Amino acid sequence: MSLAEHPSAAACPGCVVGPEIADRAERQRSATAHDVHLSLPSIHCAGCISGVERGLMQLDGVEDVRVNLTRKRATVHVAPGVETDDLVRHLAQLGFDAQPLDGATLSAGESDRAARDLAMRLGVAGFSMMNIMLLSVAVWSGAADATRDLFHWISAAIAIPTVLFAGQPFFRSAGAALRAGRLNMDVPISLAILLATGVSLSETMLSGKHAYFDAAVSLTFFLLAGRYLDQKMRGSARSAAAELAALEAPLALRLSVDGPETVRLPEVTVGDLLLVRPGAKVPVDGVVTDGMSELDRAFLTGETDPVAVGEGETVRAGEVNLTGVLTMRATAVGEDTLLHGLADLVSVAEESKSRYNSLANRASRIYSPLVHIMALAGFLTWMWATGEFRTSMMIAVSLLIITCPCALGLAVPAVSTVASGRLFRLGMLVKHGTALERLAEVTHVVFDKTGTLTLGKPALVDPEALAPETLALAAALAEGSDHPRSRAIVAAAEGRDLPRVRVTEIGETPGYGVRGLWQGREVRLGRAEWVGGEGSGTVLAVEGAAPVSLAFEDVLRPGAAELVRELKAQDVPVTLLSGDAEGPVSALAAELGIDDWQAGILPGDKAEVVATLGEGGAKVLMVGDGLNDVGALAAAHVSIAPASALEATRVAADMVLLSSDLSNVAEALRLARVARKRILENFGAAGVYNMVSIPIAFAGFASPLAAAIAMSTSSIVVSLNALRTR
Amino acid sequence: MEVLSVLIPVSLGLGLLGLLAFWWTMKSRQYDDPEGDSHRILRDDYDDKPKQD
Repeated sequence: MSLAEHPSAAACPGCVVGPEIADRAERQRSATAHDVHLSLPSIHCAGCISGVERGLMQLDGVEDVRVNLTRKRATVHVAPGVETDDLVRHLAQLGFDAQPLDGATLSAGESDRAARDLAMRLGVAGFSMMNIMLLSVAVWSGAADATRDLFHWISAAIAIPTVLFAGQPFFRSAGAALRAGRLNMDVPISLAILLATGVSLSETMLSGKHAYFDAAVSLTFFLLAGRYLDQKMRGSARSAAAELAALEAPLALRLSVDGPETVRLPEVTVGDLLLVRPGAKVPVDGVVTDGMSELDRAFLTGETDPVAVGEGETVRAGEVNLTGVLTMRATAVGEDTLLHGLADLVSVAEESKSRYNSLANRASRIYSPLVHIMALAGFLTWMWATGEFRTSMMIAVSLLIITCPCALGLAVPAVSTVASGRLFRLGMLVKHGTALERLAEVTHVVFDKTGTLTLGKPALVDPEALAPETLALAAALAEGSDHPRSRAIVAAAEGRDLPRVRVTEIGETPGYGVRGLWQGREVRLGRAEWVGGEGSGTVLAVEGAAPVSLAFEDVLRPGAAELVRELKAQDVPVTLLSGDAEGPVSALAAELGIDDWQAGILPGDKAEVVATLGEGGAKVLMVGDGLNDVGALAAAHVSIAPASALEATRVAADMVLLSSDLSNVAEALRLARVARKRILENFGAAGVYNMVSIPIAFAGFASPLAAAIAMSTSSIVVSLNALRTR
Repeated sequence: MEVLSVLIPVSLGLGLLGLLAFWWTMKSRQYDDPEGDSHRILRDDYDDKPKQD
């Protein structure tokens, strides 16, 4: 993921809490050595592995470093006393940017273990399949009498333990479905595997001609392969999502008698005094008891302009503190915070999304009863025609094997894996199992403005229009401040040929601005009412001269214009919903060519607009990053959030855009449609194959050889077709 | 045909050996970082004593 985005402090949760994680690691500096996890988004080559590992080993107290290039992560085993911050700083000097990850949030062991378990079963099934196939070749080419019986017995000895071990995932799921009184895909699969093994065993005992051990085991193998791919895909998406969450550890700085201490969020109780440093997020809802600062509320309301807060004012969890240190008293924690109220919306939507009927589900609902009826019909017909139980049973088993949903079991996971892998390389994380299919159906796209179509970072409007001296002065003052607007001024001044100015005694008044002395006169840069100018916004004033007003605009996210153009070319209607004021919204809509826009929208209204569109028959794709978008993200047919969004928002979204380039969304739409087409093609192929093979099996011509050939061919055909997804 | 009684156990034994090797690679987590391992083999500083865990 060399595309990983590196947003500003306000938009990058990792950078914001980074110091706090480091702090906590410091506290953990108990007597024992421990592991520190670091995220290394920029590593990509052998040199980087060596660089990071050797570089960190040089530090005192670092006992072991292991870089994982696949996950772009390093695990560092450090002696007591080593601070995470030092590691990060050392890596920065070496040219690798690193961010500390919260180890507690990171435990992705569960899905790893499930994948390893499946891989082991897959290995056993593969081993058995190869051996039994080889033994079967001898039988098919005419081994008779004692030799054939011997081969069948050896096959049985390999197949029976294999089926019992490797088939467990299917048996377990089928058992669960049957207990709930449902039929799922795994019921016919389990039935086919168990019946084929059982019938083959009895045939072997009776020294019969045909045994289906090879079919039972290869069926297990192919279906396990599909299951493994599925698990792998989900596992990697989940681990990437967990990493995003681990970047923003749920921590707060609590003021106690002996100074501030870092605590985990669940430990904060109502009435606690909390310290919020500049650049950090407000951890819980509360009231400011001390300090002056400005807050970035973009996540909550979509407003781009920072809001000034002082003593007695209410702050909400998720807002970003920009300039001054704030002390606040917690008034609502945990489930009472506004943030958590939004989480309820999400759970309601999750439910509706889990009710979404995926293609595989719909197919299996038709398919599984059909398979059973077919096998039963074959058995009854032959029973009636010949009266021989043994022959009829063999027919039923061959029908079950032939019709067994290999295509469904392997085709869908194969296509999804290929498509998700490609999307991951584009910087899109597919979090929800059916999200790709839902994305393919999208007919209407709704965007949020701040943080989604724009980066949520201000830029100075028209720096050329300012007098060079003014800009130089503003930049000199802004150097000393971390306020996003100050940084925008510094960025605008960079690379320009500006006169040198010397400003001394620079001091920042949190919540208001910066002041200094220039040629004996006082200069101020900050809020208009503090500086002494008219209106609102940011103003630069030199003592004795007229104040100059500085205008800022939000920077457009890269690829936003391309995406909107692309969607229009595909005749997909685009809507812009923003909580920001009308002016900036209409300007942006005009710039991007979006005709349908609404400004000043409340969070609830966003969800309502999206829901209304959905009721009107549109399949809405919602792209948004704010907490005010959570309801809309949840209400939409499918949703995407940028990685810079808050954890709560990312949880609500079906996909997360890790790259900062929005035009990848258009590519994702295209890929999703291709993937859907491939899945349907695979179903078609499976249908044709069944239509040909069922009559053959019904007539009793399906020998174990025919079954083995047919099954392998269809599995290979669908897998190859899946690989064409690009 | 008596040779079968030798050959079949031998072939099964070899297969089992492969299966055990696979089981060992799983157990020692050799599939955790496929991308990194493919790069590690090409780098010039040799890891003569990789850490055992």
